Amino acid sequence: MTGTALLAILSHWRRHPLQLATLIAGLALAAGLWSAVQAINAEARASYARAAEQLGTAGLARLVPETGSIPIARYGELRRSGWKLAPVLEGVVSFDRQSFDIMGVDLLQHPQAPVLAEAAEAESSTALEALRPPGRIFAHPETAALLSEAQQIHPVTRLAALPRGIGMADLSLASQLLRQPDSLSYLLVLPEQTPGLVPLSELAPDLTLIPARAAASDTARLTDSFHLNLTAFGLLSFAVGLFIVQGTIALSLEQRRGMIRTLRSLGVPMRLLSGLFATELAAIALVAGIAGLAGGYVVAAALLPGVNATLAGLYGASVDGTLSLRPGWVLSGLAMTLGGTFLAGSQSLFALWRLPMLASPATHARGQQASRSHVTSAICGAACISAGLMVFSFFQGLVAGFAFLAAVMLGAALLLPLLISAGLSLGAHMAKSALAEWLWADTRAQLPGMSLALMALLLALAANIGVGTMVSSFRLTFTGWLDQRLFAEVYVTAASDEQGAELAQWLDEQEITALSRRYHDTRFKGAPLRVYGFEDDASYRSNWPLLDAVPDVWDQTARGEALLVNEQLARRHKLAPGSILEIEPGWRLPIAGVYSDYGNPNGQAMVSLQALLKHVPGLPNRNFGLSTGPLEVSGLIKSLREKFDIPRENITDQATVKARSLEVFDRTFVITAALNLLTLGVAGFALLTSLLTLWSQRLPQLAPVWAMGVTRRQLAAAEVLRSLLMAACTAVLALPLGLVLAWVLLSVINVAAFGWKLPMYLFPLDWLRLFVLALLAAVIAAALPAWRLSRIDPADLLKVFANER
Amino acid sequence: MVLTIRNVTKRFPGQTAETAVLRGVSLNLEGGRSLALTGESGSGKSTLLHLAGALDQFDSGEIEIGGTCLSGLSDSQRAALRRRDVSLVFQQFNLIPSLNISKNIAIHARLGGRWDEGWEKRLTDRLGLTGLVRRYPEQLSGGQQQRVAIARALAVRPKLLLADEPTGNLDETASAAVMELMLELVRESGTALFLVTHSEAIARMLDQRLHLRHGTAA
Repeated sequence: MTGTALLAILSHWRRHPLQLATLIAGLALAAGLWSAVQAINAEARASYARAAEQLGTAGLARLVPETGSIPIARYGELRRSGWKLAPVLEGVVSFDRQSFDIMGVDLLQHPQAPVLAEAAEAESSTALEALRPPGRIFAHPETAALLSEAQQIHPVTRLAALPRGIGMADLSLASQLLRQPDSLSYLLVLPEQTPGLVPLSELAPDLTLIPARAAASDTARLTDSFHLNLTAFGLLSFAVGLFIVQGTIALSLEQRRGMIRTLRSLGVPMRLLSGLFATELAAIALVAGIAGLAGGYVVAAALLPGVNATLAGLYGASVDGTLSLRPGWVLSGLAMTLGGTFLAGSQSLFALWRLPMLASPATHARGQQASRSHVTSAICGAACISAGLMVFSFFQGLVAGFAFLAAVMLGAALLLPLLISAGLSLGAHMAKSALAEWLWADTRAQLPGMSLALMALLLALAANIGVGTMVSSFRLTFTGWLDQRLFAEVYVTAASDEQGAELAQWLDEQEITALSRRYHDTRFKGAPLRVYGFEDDASYRSNWPLLDAVPDVWDQTARGEALLVNEQLARRHKLAPGSILEIEPGWRLPIAGVYSDYGNPNGQAMVSLQALLKHVPGLPNRNFGLSTGPLEVSGLIKSLREKFDIPRENITDQATVKARSLEVFDRTFVITAALNLLTLGVAGFALLTSLLTLWSQRLPQLAPVWAMGVTRRQLAAAEVLRSLLMAACTAVLALPLGLVLAWVLLSVINVAAFGWKLPMYLFPLDWLRLFVLALLAAVIAAALPAWRLSRIDPADLLKVFANER
Repeated sequence: MVLTIRNVTKRFPGQTAETAVLRGVSLNLEGGRSLALTGESGSGKSTLLHLAGALDQFDSGEIEIGGTCLSGLSDSQRAALRRRDVSLVFQQFNLIPSLNISKNIAIHARLGGRWDEGWEKRLTDRLGLTGLVRRYPEQLSGGQQQRVAIARALAVRPKLLLADEPTGNLDETASAAVMELMLELVRESGTALFLVTHSEAIARMLDQRLHLRHGTAA
């Protein structure tokens, strides 16, 4: 009996191959985009973990200072108390205008010591040699090549086991390069410790112990929010894909009601039928899931360079290695497909379970029925939005922000059918001709079959408007910010401190204002903090992009009595003008102002140059911002190059810096644009599949109108117009939703993810473009059904009357 | 003469001249008169009705409706003819579910530019639909729906009314009542009625009769 019933159930797909293809394609699309995002996230996280492992810091707890650095003497005390600790000094060093991350470690004690020694021996050297001047730097072959080219003083050993972009050296060399003698960034707590030691919390109350699990690298910590953003986008695409699936499953079960009634009257129990339908769904989900995984792999491989550009642009991080099949995202993709299929089919399966044995076959939701379902859906939508608002009122942060967005978007999608239905009713009231009246009413009657696709379109359009507004607002703010912040016309870097001094003197003689740019890298609450020293100048007072400040901010700061902090540091640690910041142990200053600092993931502070040099003497003086008339820029650059033999790459004019910055900015959002386009594509596909699946049900409604003298061409045009009408209604409703999304992204998600709040600008031309795109998608989706209708054989329409269908 | 069919043949794909669905059928029908087309299943009744309604194209012969020859008419000309001069009533009623009864009745007349509010009111009164005009088709019984279909067909004041088993879904009593009403209205409006039926009782109610057997008039 089971086999016979199963064959009967499956025979449906032989008659409706397009429906089967739609179901598999919808599921595969949903699974594909989700898997692609998961694959990218998994690859990135694996890359960060690999880097941490290669640096020997993975799985180790660390002791970090509350602020500033740990004095070497403090490390000595802890060692003497019996604790096995590995000291680390981190920072950025510039060689020949190129920046390199340097990690100073105790070469004899660091977890990676054996690997380093082996590498040194492979180059006919020894680990001990690396301890003696001029020292030795270990780096990945690619980084090693750059390091060897940028400087020749310290030999570089190539070591493929190290991550790219970082140089590892002994502490003595690192402290010399970073000009931070006697200080450490943090201490790694080695795994094997002698039992019975005095706890570190008692021995070092001034240091914070971060457990191994929480001690992720700076990169992993900073990029967490980016990966959450990607996951949210993947989830949105998945939801959009499920809308297609839900509609198709409902239709396939509806069309089989007659068969179900017959099978039940022949003695097949409902329990068995439900089981068979569930098995059918699971089999389809499995096939689609595998297809989705394959597609997801291809999409992920295509998107990975974009993700790399984004990570580099936003965080200076990179995803090393190529995409690989990881059990995590493969299994999650399959599980999501199976779960999503049953979620999408649950309503239909439940309805099937409750179906009376003698229920009439295929009665479509019409008039009253449809209105009732629109009202129910709208009530659920309003409940969703209310729940989102409550979350938004009572909770803060990234997860609360995303929860609010999810609730509002789902709620708006559920409200959509009622709103469109109301709009179409209004249109029908205003219609003058019989054909127009029919078109409005018929469009309204099609709404139940189209509403899921329209919901998908609404979400995709709103995501486009929201994310587009966020990116464009960001770009506009960023451009304005660059104009404010890059007030010097020329930026120059001297090759050495001596040349820097000569340069400063020459510039003074030429009466060219040269603002020195010196900084000191330290840490605040475990995270990197760069402290800039600035020379008091009118340019700062009139240009610096302050967001919040005390009245005499520049006077206080110039006198060394206060400091400025960037927005991300202020938001991360809830600092505001008037708060006290401890830059280094014992060096505490009140905050006089907060300035915007877009594109920088790390904390930053500004103090007067005198104050900085007082606390950190001997900082290199090589970077200068030169203020001159715009017309004199090329002449000045030429003079500098001739006089000081400064290479071209060490002198940059303002326009070039701005162009480069904007280029990096645009590259950063390549992945966002790609995901936006893919989501819109999925929504367009949902529209097409809805129209195609509705096609089989349309003829009984169209044939009488054709018989009354409306030509097939007119009917085809009406089909396109209907699709356009619904897409237009959806696009209009997507605008306010998109703007809410943009506002949340700019004011909530960005603040939590990156630490900066951005003003929101409106871009009506972009909306118009998107509106036209939505209409275009609607025309393309309706084109095939309309073409089929315009070419349909009258005999097929006549079958409707002959009751032979 | 409202309807003239001369020696019409029709073949569907795969059929030979010998097995064609219609093989040289002819008939004439005047305004205000009615004709019953009877025959076994598959004898070509519905096909002939569709051809007479300019819904499908014949292979040879000629059909004239109100003096207009159908052969040589373009798709849009045939559609225009259907809008103004031909109405259809089918066994499945084929009402438009998205329109209420009032709009269902008026739609064909309005499409043909021949809507007359007074005539529509008379029809709804005569067919007992006055209290139902705000409802939707799904809210009516089969008999009520069939009366709406008849009202819609007559609202356009067509020259020719084609009906394919119009009472096939109704019981005998309701069927006879609906037929009487339809014939009365047809005569009143001067419309020619061309009706396909299996029912001997209904066939007897009409003025003329044509029996089809294997695609030819018996």
